[in-house]
Amino acid sequence: MKLVVLWRVLVVVAAIALLEVLCLAGAIDRITMPPPHEIARDLWRMLVSGRMNGAIRKTLTNASIAFASAAIAGVAFAALLHNHRQTRSTLDPLFATYYAVPVFAFYPLLIAVFGLGDLPQVLIGFMLGVVAVIVNTLNGLDRVPRVLAKTAAVNRLGRVRTAASITLPYAAPHILTGVKLAVAYSLIGVVGSEFIMSRGGIGYEISFAYNNFDNATMYPLIVLILALSIAVNAFLTRWEQRLRVRRGQR
Amino acid sequence: MSADVGAMAAAEAGESRGTGIRNALILVAVLLAIWQGLYWTFGDIAIASPAATARYAIGLFGSERFWPHLIETSKAFVAGYALAVVLGLGIGFWLGFHRLSSEVLEPMVVAVYSLPKVTLYPILLLAFGLGISAKIAFGTLHGVIPIILFTIAAVRSVKPVLVKTGRVLQLSPAAMVRRILFPAALPEIFTGLRVGFSLTLIGVLLAEMFASQRGLGFLLMNGIGLHNVEQIMAITLLIVVFAASVSTVLLAIDRRLHRHA
Repeated sequence: MKLVVLWRVLVVVAAIALLEVLCLAGAIDRITMPPPHEIARDLWRMLVSGRMNGAIRKTLTNASIAFASAAIAGVAFAALLHNHRQTRSTLDPLFATYYAVPVFAFYPLLIAVFGLGDLPQVLIGFMLGVVAVIVNTLNGLDRVPRVLAKTAAVNRLGRVRTAASITLPYAAPHILTGVKLAVAYSLIGVVGSEFIMSRGGIGYEISFAYNNFDNATMYPLIVLILALSIAVNAFLTRWEQRLRVRRGQR
Repeated sequence: MSADVGAMAAAEAGESRGTGIRNALILVAVLLAIWQGLYWTFGDIAIASPAATARYAIGLFGSERFWPHLIETSKAFVAGYALAVVLGLGIGFWLGFHRLSSEVLEPMVVAVYSLPKVTLYPILLLAFGLGISAKIAFGTLHGVIPIILFTIAAVRSVKPVLVKTGRVLQLSPAAMVRRILFPAALPEIFTGLRVGFSLTLIGVLLAEMFASQRGLGFLLMNGIGLHNVEQIMAITLLIVVFAASVSTVLLAIDRRLHRHA
């Protein structure tokens, strides 16, 4: 296990070292990519100077709103849908093909309807995330043992209380899988739509820097957003695993 | 109540084709009704009606202006997907076979899957230049990941007895892949190819929406500049219909393969 981690670190370090060598040797020219040590230095300077704080705040705020609404709406909708089998089976084809349809294709339409504010970006993040939450929550609710439903009935719990205190907590690990996807998807949705067309945010700054051949800003921002999403995903994956282990041992 | 559960299990195990088609039709009807309702509520300025959008979409196929864009997107997509399949199967089989490599690299591939890959597109543009090759590379970057991951899982799930039989017969690695691993792992691999198809399409369109002068993605963004809502909606409709119908067909094949396996 330890050996695997060591190898993983080694692969990453080797890849960065290779890029560094290629850049310094001139195999990759400076217009294409600055050497990694300069990217790291520029990233540090950028964070210290705080000139990107506004963009970072905007992106994180919008992604959080998109994520929170996707998680809440997704769980609530799935809890409702779970009781309506006919509606659910009608929606099945939608869920099955949803992620095959490029959600970003709706972005121009959303801009045309709502204008170029924050709303279209938040909506894209929401649309990307919400179905993952719905599908995984349904999947979790399907696995709730019947004895628990009976216990709820014996204790005369209403529908809402049954959902809040029995079925949803039981389905928590599955819901977390959906929530984890929603975090990644809402960030992808917000940054992606900022990147395509917007008035601010990390995605916008990256595309602005690209258009101005400003590699000293573009590469640090790319590294920042990648590092951020890797960190968030790693944290959630660990949390999910811990939850599963606890369930397994019970 | 137990009958309920039985019915549900039966429905999940082998949902008859009739219900599937009926559900899809109801769904399309409901979506069209919602769309028409939105049109009545918000009117001409905000969105186009379903009928007008369909008319515009059909009109596109008759116009000289549209074809070069469609062909550009198709070319980029076909090339990107072909590359994704070749690379994905190659890397997937390698990692599926080689325990240490896959333990080291698989989590990295999973991590790449959940990254906002759009941010990498400027790097591809700088490396490949403006033009079709950057689009192809970006489509491949999206499509290759699910193909790798599903192929790894597929190769690992092949029953050991089949592999041992191959060893006894002293098959070469190539013959082993062709005669044993590939047929046995096909259903799972197909799932990867199906997901890869959709993601490659997403990648190519995303690339076209940013800094491109050609393709359907460009037409979408061009519609914003022209304030041409009908153009935006017609192209969106074409993309959605294409993606959804191909994915439905692939999903049906996928389920059949898994049933036989």
